[in-house]
Amino acid sequence: MFIRKRRFGEGDIPSSEITPYELYLDRRRFLAHGATLAGVAVLAPSVLGATETEEDERTPYEDITHYNNYYEFGTGKEDPAKYSGDFVPRPWTVTVEGECSNPGTFALDDFLKGHEIVEPVYRMRCVEAWSMVIPWRGVRLRDVIMRAQPTGKAEFVEMTTVLRPAQMPGQRRRILPWPYVEGLRLDEAMNELTILATGIYGKDLLNQNGAPLRLVTPWKYGFKGVKSIVKMRFTSDMPENTWQVMAPNEYGFYANVNPEVDHPRWSQARERRIGEFRRRPTLMFNGYGEQVAHMYRGMDLTKWY
Amino acid sequence: MVLKRRIRLFKTGLWILGFTPLAWVCHRFFLGDGLGVNPVAEAQLWGGLTSLTFLLAALSITPLRRLTGWNDLQKVRRLVGLFAFFYVTLHFLIWIGIDQFFAWSYILEDIAERPYIMVGFTAFALLIPVAMTSTKGWIRRLGKRWVTLHRLVYVSSLLGIIHFFWITKADDRWPILALMVWVVLMSIRSVWWLKSRSHPARARGMKKGLSGTPGRA
Repeated sequence: MFIRKRRFGEGDIPSSEITPYELYLDRRRFLAHGATLAGVAVLAPSVLGATETEEDERTPYEDITHYNNYYEFGTGKEDPAKYSGDFVPRPWTVTVEGECSNPGTFALDDFLKGHEIVEPVYRMRCVEAWSMVIPWRGVRLRDVIMRAQPTGKAEFVEMTTVLRPAQMPGQRRRILPWPYVEGLRLDEAMNELTILATGIYGKDLLNQNGAPLRLVTPWKYGFKGVKSIVKMRFTSDMPENTWQVMAPNEYGFYANVNPEVDHPRWSQARERRIGEFRRRPTLMFNGYGEQVAHMYRGMDLTKWY
Repeated sequence: MVLKRRIRLFKTGLWILGFTPLAWVCHRFFLGDGLGVNPVAEAQLWGGLTSLTFLLAALSITPLRRLTGWNDLQKVRRLVGLFAFFYVTLHFLIWIGIDQFFAWSYILEDIAERPYIMVGFTAFALLIPVAMTSTKGWIRRLGKRWVTLHRLVYVSSLLGIIHFFWITKADDRWPILALMVWVVLMSIRSVWWLKSRSHPARARGMKKGLSGTPGRA
């Protein structure tokens, strides 16, 4: 894996406007996590490189784009590919609001401008016990957050999908309480692995994959990856993510991949990698424990599922 | 002769109809899209849906016959029911042999610990004695008990629908439809059953000089 040192419209924003990472951490009084996070930040590129193991063969583009859970376009796995043709992902704006010093509504290009483009290959484990390996393209969420400058009160970031029933046939029926909402604890959002993706296999995201901007947190179940994001809100309260609202005994806020904590209705111990016949064992934190386990130290993961 | 030939034709048509889902899924797998991105999940869904459809079809034969007076329908009930059993068996074997690939420890754990699998497995298990006793010889041997035994289909189909609800994540349209069909079919039976019971009761009431409603049929 390599990271191209490209930037969206580099130089347009003076670096002096962007809070240095260490300063940000001081302000956040993240004393407990601070040292670890800063250490991890330094190591980030090399650790990122180690996240793709040899046995992880990339899932074909055709499969990634034709087997999707994106209920806004229908509940069948092929519905998003079939019924997302009317969706218009450009022009696009993202609103940043809540507990931050730099709120506003930004055109997508401005929102991304200046941030380093990363192209990590991540495993994606769906809560339904299937998985894929996806080469993403995007920016680190922490770069975006640092520009937004969350205040000391911000402990979580909530992200919301666009509400467009005219273009999203699934939203015309109340399968879920629309619009779709997801969230992360701020340290999770700042994790080196967390990205806002704009592309797959070097191409812009297709509508069925969450164009033009979606969240990717590879150590969490796929439903955390909120798609077609229009809003980011910094908050001191834990966001009420859609699936947790739908079925609180089945889906929690954290949704970390965990083979030892079963979904109440099915086992999470194994998964079927798309393209493979036999099930394979599911790894703790989807195999990203090295990068993320420290954030959950001391937490009862059977309670905070 | 003409009548017999018509029944034979009807039955032949039903055999073809019964194997159509299997032919269709084989066609998709070998010549079509290979059952899509996740063929195992697709095959499982297919087996479950097909068997539930045949099971509800079998349950609707008696009400249909009584409502339409088309008595020949009764002659194909067994065939429809056996097709339901055939597809639920495939559904079960796909789960054991392909999805779990004979990982017995996981299979047993699933049956014991996952309510939806336990319920689905029970639905399947209840149909085994029903299918086994569907021959003329068993009908004769069991007499009245045969009817009672075959009422297991009522329970099995309901369990199958519950199984369907429990594997569905959010979009309940299809399980709701199946449940609605089941409720309608069972309501018709309940009404007939109540009517058949109320007649002697009414007669008794009249004997005791209570105000009956003999005019209401």
